[in-house]
Amino acid sequence: MVEDLLHSQPGILNFGIFFLLATVLLLVILGFVTYAILAERKVMGFMQLRQGPNQVGGRWGLLQTVADVLKLLLKEDTIPKLADKPLFIIAPVIAFAPSFIVIAAIPFTDKLQFADLNIGLLYYIAISGLTTIGMVTGGWASNNKYALLGGMRAAAQMISYEIPLVMSVLGVILLTGSLNLNDIVAAQENVWYILLQPVAFIVFIIASVAELNRVPFDLPESENELVAGFHVEYSGFRWAFFMLAEYVYMFAMASLTTVLFLGGWLPLFSFLDFIPGAVWFALKFMFVVFLLIWFRSTFPRIRADKLMEFAWKILLPIALANIFLTAIIKEIFKLL
Amino acid sequence: MSGEKDLEQLKKEAAAKAKAAALAKMKAKELGEEKEEAPSEDLDIAKQKAAAAAKAKAAALAKMKAKEQGEEKEEAPSEDLDIAKQKAAAAAKAKAAALAKMKAKEQGEEKEEAPSEDLDIAKQKAAAAAKAKAAALAKMKAKEQGEEKEEAPTEDLDIAKQKAAAAAKAKAAAAAKAKAAAQANQSSEAGDDAKAKAAAAAKAKAAAAAKAKAAALAKQSGESGGDDEKAKAIAAAKAKAAAAAKAKAAASAKAGGAAGDDEKAKAIAAAKAKAAAAAAAKAKAGGGTVKAEPAEEAKPSPNQPYLDKYIRVIEEHLGNDHIEDYYINNLSKDVPTLVAKPESYYKIAEFLKYNEQLGFDYLSELHGTDFETHMEVYVHLYSYKNSQSVALKVKIDRDGPTIDSLQPLWEGANWPECEAYDLLGIKFNNHPNLHRIMLGEEWVGHPLRKDYEPYDVEV
Amino acid sequence: MLRTEEMLLNVGPQHPSTHGVFRLVLKIDGETIVEAKPVIGYLHRGTEKLAEDLQYTQIIPYTDRMDYVSAMTNNYVICHAVETMMDIKVPERAEYLRVIAMELGRVASHLVWFGTYLLDLGATSPLLYAFREREMIINMLNELSGARLTFNYMRVGGVKWDAPEGWIDKVREFVPYMHEQLKGYHMLVTGNEIFMNRVKGIGTYTKEDALNYSLSGANLRCTGVKWDLRKNEPYSIYDRFDFDVVTRETGDAWARYHVRLDEIEESLKILEQACEQFPAEGEILAKVPKIIKAPKGEAFVRIESPRGEIGCYIASDGKKEPYRLKFRRPSFYNLQILPKLLEGETIANLISILGAVDIILGEVDG
Repeated sequence: MVEDLLHSQPGILNFGIFFLLATVLLLVILGFVTYAILAERKVMGFMQLRQGPNQVGGRWGLLQTVADVLKLLLKEDTIPKLADKPLFIIAPVIAFAPSFIVIAAIPFTDKLQFADLNIGLLYYIAISGLTTIGMVTGGWASNNKYALLGGMRAAAQMISYEIPLVMSVLGVILLTGSLNLNDIVAAQENVWYILLQPVAFIVFIIASVAELNRVPFDLPESENELVAGFHVEYSGFRWAFFMLAEYVYMFAMASLTTVLFLGGWLPLFSFLDFIPGAVWFALKFMFVVFLLIWFRSTFPRIRADKLMEFAWKILLPIALANIFLTAIIKEIFKLL
Repeated sequence: MSGEKDLEQLKKEAAAKAKAAALAKMKAKELGEEKEEAPSEDLDIAKQKAAAAAKAKAAALAKMKAKEQGEEKEEAPSEDLDIAKQKAAAAAKAKAAALAKMKAKEQGEEKEEAPSEDLDIAKQKAAAAAKAKAAALAKMKAKEQGEEKEEAPTEDLDIAKQKAAAAAKAKAAAAAKAKAAAQANQSSEAGDDAKAKAAAAAKAKAAAAAKAKAAALAKQSGESGGDDEKAKAIAAAKAKAAAAAKAKAAASAKAGGAAGDDEKAKAIAAAKAKAAAAAAAKAKAGGGTVKAEPAEEAKPSPNQPYLDKYIRVIEEHLGNDHIEDYYINNLSKDVPTLVAKPESYYKIAEFLKYNEQLGFDYLSELHGTDFETHMEVYVHLYSYKNSQSVALKVKIDRDGPTIDSLQPLWEGANWPECEAYDLLGIKFNNHPNLHRIMLGEEWVGHPLRKDYEPYDVEV
Repeated sequence: MLRTEEMLLNVGPQHPSTHGVFRLVLKIDGETIVEAKPVIGYLHRGTEKLAEDLQYTQIIPYTDRMDYVSAMTNNYVICHAVETMMDIKVPERAEYLRVIAMELGRVASHLVWFGTYLLDLGATSPLLYAFREREMIINMLNELSGARLTFNYMRVGGVKWDAPEGWIDKVREFVPYMHEQLKGYHMLVTGNEIFMNRVKGIGTYTKEDALNYSLSGANLRCTGVKWDLRKNEPYSIYDRFDFDVVTRETGDAWARYHVRLDEIEESLKILEQACEQFPAEGEILAKVPKIIKAPKGEAFVRIESPRGEIGCYIASDGKKEPYRLKFRRPSFYNLQILPKLLEGETIANLISILGAVDIILGEVDG
């Protein structure tokens, strides 16, 4: 459907359709973010002997996040006097936009995908790196020492973890022989890559948590050291944008993990294929999200210098070794 | 008189007093009025409390010694008391009481008062036992001594009739006879009481003797105090007292034999005391008041040697003009306390830290106090090597309070000195960063000074 | 080489990890601390000055507010000082109640430390677990004293309230429960690689430093000094219990963590024995005069609080108010070593080091 549109003639109508679809997608994602936040609070509450939200919107607190967002939108918009105003204003946008852009390339089912790019994986990784610029910009523009430290940490962390992330994925690419996400899913018809590439999966999960700036890698905003890190001076809907970006990335990264290692929309066993692909995708996706929330309520925060050490001295060599091994095994099988 | 001097010292150290009193009484027979005062004081002190047992022992030792010895003995008893504390046989207490009573009999009016006080105390209970013993001794003495004693026995007898077991009386009579015989030989010398006791003790071993004493005691106590209550108490306690008395008697007998070996005597006494345990315990409960005096004053001694050591070491190395005062602070768990002169304060602190024998490596507390006449800095030091505490104090001029900082010695003194500076205005020389740590540099005045008036800009 | 510049960073007085209004002025080079200057006094309430106009019993509520995480030991230290001066014999039952209350307080205090320390390090869950157990303790102390934090429970000569019916049994049941939970803590936290990275070898000092800086409590024991006033200078009835003094040799935050957690175990041991020996009958308050007047003179006593050695100095002129009252507040002394420890560390370590010292600002500022 979207493929056809992409190849059709540009025009007002097509633009309108694209715009409408994008809005729908945005709403879907906002819906997801709303309930991801609720789920996170509920799951963490469950793990931490608490109730979680239970007042607004019935006993499950279903409208709690909506109320929170409304509150944020109604808040006074404060900009520090000494802040660099243009940068301060644009930073949340820079942080949020890429998170939304990457979603376009992710195939949710074999039919539901916005852009089937041949370099889908590369596209995702390249675009997602842009968000860090937003963080550094925000940290710098705030003219606050904590924010600056947070921004710098964000930059250092992104540079460090982007590399093992890409390296871990290379194994998958080698096996598939394609960067196209649809092809990658298709290649998992018989066996998921989590079984063929377990090492890559572990490295990928770790690196992706670091990319998401979530516990135990939430150094840029580490509340207990830098108060709130790069967004310490932000409030209201600007702050909401940073948070939104974070949760949209969570959505995107969980999707990508599903696609790369968990077989996307493919059923667990072939006799279960009467269940729609979307459901399978949702289940796997939720599993990954749950995993991320679980991490958050279990781990302490890693230390900044150890973080770098870990990326360069442990994750990167492991990822490289994985590529090497994969290549050798693949050649051996080819010879056979 | 050496005896007089001793008495003064004894006052300072309560423990010593009891002993001294005992000695004094014996001497009193020989000596003048001063001795009479001492006992009365002892009695007052006794009321306060203290472990009766320890006192009793001390008294017992004192008695033995006293009998044999002269002035030198007076010193010895104080040491004995320390040792005696370790054991605390109730029997010993009883003996002490007995001695006191004897003295009372011998002495003038004051003594009579003292006993009456004792009697009050005795009401609490078992003091009676102790009294009984004392009475026994008294009787012996009485035989030897002057008119007053003669009166006492008669009174005693009257009282005794009221209660004491007839059998006891009989025994008492027997004992008395025996004693009388023994004394007859020695009667000429008051100092030979010990022998008399020894003889008595031998007899005392027989239950009869003890009973006799008890009866006698009852009488005496009644006489001395004039309090029938005491007599009753005594009567009740007699049984117990008898047991205790025996033990004591034995002890005294031995002591008399080996006059030179106080330690042995004590050991023996202790052993006997244990045998008498039950009885003794009761006696102690009762006699607590009487014995209280020695025990209380004996307490400081655990730390006294440490204080002596500190002073000795400091004086050996630094000379003796650095310490203004030193004492054991009884209110503060007997911590040895040194008061340094301001100019030597740092020197002494340094010495306390680095001297091998002292080694106070830990500064536990430092603060200042405004005593209106002067400022005082109080430092509590602890030596992990020797497990010993010491309090170092220094008195400084209140108007311009300045003193050396201890920060170069103990880093831990850094902030406390800042605090003292902030709240009291004491300046510490050589402190690396003396600032107003709590209130901030803008604060006016030093709140913990007694003349502090809050500064209010608007007023 | 890039040209870098040192900058000043104010940590606190409002900061999530300073546990109150503690302020640190840091000179940092990147994330490395070049110099740290602590600033305190934001919570100074002049307890010692106030006390000079108050009777001894009236001072007790003020002590609750010094170390508000383990107020029972504060209650105890002033009562103990006055009792020492007046030579009051505290009834047996009262002593047991005091010891049970203090040990419960010690467990609660270490639990708070455990939870908040892990929270400082970024782990959110242990806090909630620790507070669950602490809540049980606080409920018990609430039943005992009528207050959850500021107990005002002890009096000169004993305690204010007797234990309610069945209270001792509750404490007794709590002991095995807490043992179980501790195992859970160890499983959740102790072996965690990230946690070990944050604490192992961090904030290390030697035994000599510890003594020189007048550290006490777990901060001292983590260097191998076997020193606990409950054992070495027994007060109250602590000589009747069989427990160990926990020590570690390494002197880092890891050692302090272990000392504190193991001290919970030891406190539980004491609680167990105290509940066993608890006298069924007896007075809870000695016969003391209506108006308490300490004799003329001065006294300094020290006891073991969860944070170290808490002391109380009283100078009395024989009146019903103290002439001078001074508390030796362990947090105040323990904090002195901080600038030394922070030099050359990173900001992330600042949190692990400061947290491991275990300060309570109410106590630091007095």
